[in-house]
Amino acid sequence: MTETIVIAEIAKGTIHATTSELVTAAAAMGSAPIVIVPCTDASIADAAASIQGASKVIAAKSDAFAHYDAAGWASALDAVAPAGTILMAATPQSKDLAARLAARRNLSVVQDVVAINGNQLTSPVYSGKAMQTVALSGPAVVSIRANVFDAAPSGGASEVAVVDTTGNMATAVQEFMARASQRLDVAEANIIISGGRGMGSPDNFVHLEAIADTIGAAVGASRAAVDTWESIPHSMQVGQTGKTVNPNLYIAVGISGAIQHLAGMRSSKYIVAINKDADAPIFQHADYGIVGTWEDALPVLQSTLSSMMA
Amino acid sequence: MSNIVVLVKQVPDTNAKIVVSGDRVDLSAVKKVMSPYDEFAVETALKHREANGGEVTALTLGGAGADKVLKDAKAIGVDHIVRIDTEDEHDSNALQSALATVLTEIGAEVVYCGKSAADTGAGSTGPGIAERLGWASVSNVISVAFESGLTVIAPSEGGNARISVPLPAVISCDKGDMKVRKPNVKGIMQAKKAKVEVKTVAMQGSTVSVVAHSMPPAKPAGKSYEGGAAAAEVARLLRDEANVI
Repeated sequence: MTETIVIAEIAKGTIHATTSELVTAAAAMGSAPIVIVPCTDASIADAAASIQGASKVIAAKSDAFAHYDAAGWASALDAVAPAGTILMAATPQSKDLAARLAARRNLSVVQDVVAINGNQLTSPVYSGKAMQTVALSGPAVVSIRANVFDAAPSGGASEVAVVDTTGNMATAVQEFMARASQRLDVAEANIIISGGRGMGSPDNFVHLEAIADTIGAAVGASRAAVDTWESIPHSMQVGQTGKTVNPNLYIAVGISGAIQHLAGMRSSKYIVAINKDADAPIFQHADYGIVGTWEDALPVLQSTLSSMMA
Repeated sequence: MSNIVVLVKQVPDTNAKIVVSGDRVDLSAVKKVMSPYDEFAVETALKHREANGGEVTALTLGGAGADKVLKDAKAIGVDHIVRIDTEDEHDSNALQSALATVLTEIGAEVVYCGKSAADTGAGSTGPGIAERLGWASVSNVISVAFESGLTVIAPSEGGNARISVPLPAVISCDKGDMKVRKPNVKGIMQAKKAKVEVKTVAMQGSTVSVVAHSMPPAKPAGKSYEGGAAAAEVARLLRDEANVI
């Protein structure tokens, strides 16, 4: 069995909780992983030391990790990571990095893995309309979908080794343009509330936004809504030609459930559907389906969630 | 004057139903189209040519059946169409190595591709070939300006970033607010006559092989409610049963 290596997922300058899920996935592939934390400040790696099941923690410290550059990060991590199979989170940035890191080592990359059985890995293909299982006959770089594997418990006490590294940055950030709203992007959020053409008007998305702000969710939209209303940007679109999402909770409001949309969200852990049409295909995928108008359901949802969060 | 290459891939129509027969997907009855994000890559490549001059080559990999996606690209306006001939399944390492070899042969200075293909959804090809060529890459790009190398806009934590990209580089394209041009009659006529340049490359062996395809696991029937007032009960279940609030 070759070594397994987990590259910690970093969000807002700290280790993201999905890193503990990567440790569980690594164990399923056969060994206690080395967890490598890309950082500019090695102290953030201490949070990884308590993840049970890691064999050790390496804080890979470099100025290169201040801003994302695929070439720079791949070279900086390649210098630190031993040979073996590397696991990363299947976020847009880490999938990009996984592909570069694999190519750097002349390895293959397997993205979006949702199940592991020895050397066999399963990922959704055709946007989740089918599953594909592949067998590895050597080391590879593997990205793992969030919210699929249980998080490894905390309470461990791994040693943290700090290793300085350097990356050859190929691109340079000129400026960051923060989103106008503080709300999360659908690609980053653990809860998403999405509206479709059944919302009647883009103005009615304010009701979705109010609920999103109550529970810390992102607001998404169906392709029909994005195509129909200019004020709903493509960046909100969930579906096969928009973003594929995998949140803990997906609330679909006024969305019929076209195959295109289902493809982008069907692997969400819990799905709530609110639609006035009882025959809407979305209900076949919902854990909780409410046949009713959004005008009736959203005020009730809003007030109940507000009192729960208070 | 730039030597511009756009990577295109033929995939099942995204509205098609996918059927698994035995332990493999059966695509025999499915209409094949250019992967939707590749349309944005073609559009960006043509804009690059308009801004800086040069020629655009559309490159794909597959059997003769894949020529159609090249003809489609030709009808939209690319100059040259090239196919790496292979019918077999290959892993990402073998595919990217072959593409990188041919990109070097072609003398590519900038490569555009879709952010991911609609079949695998992996998004590995763009960054993977950039690493093999030792080039810069930016993925999921929503806007490109063709000045001093390239200046692109791509998602970054909490918003977007404007990024300077030196050439040569590989750019994987998202939709952004782009409108793609459609083929006109003249383009379609030219595409019919256009000849596909077929290249053969010695393919590396694969260490990742497909074992089986299957349908996604069926979801157990959920709970169903009538009327908007049930939203209160659902909210409570989300907290107490699903533990997601």
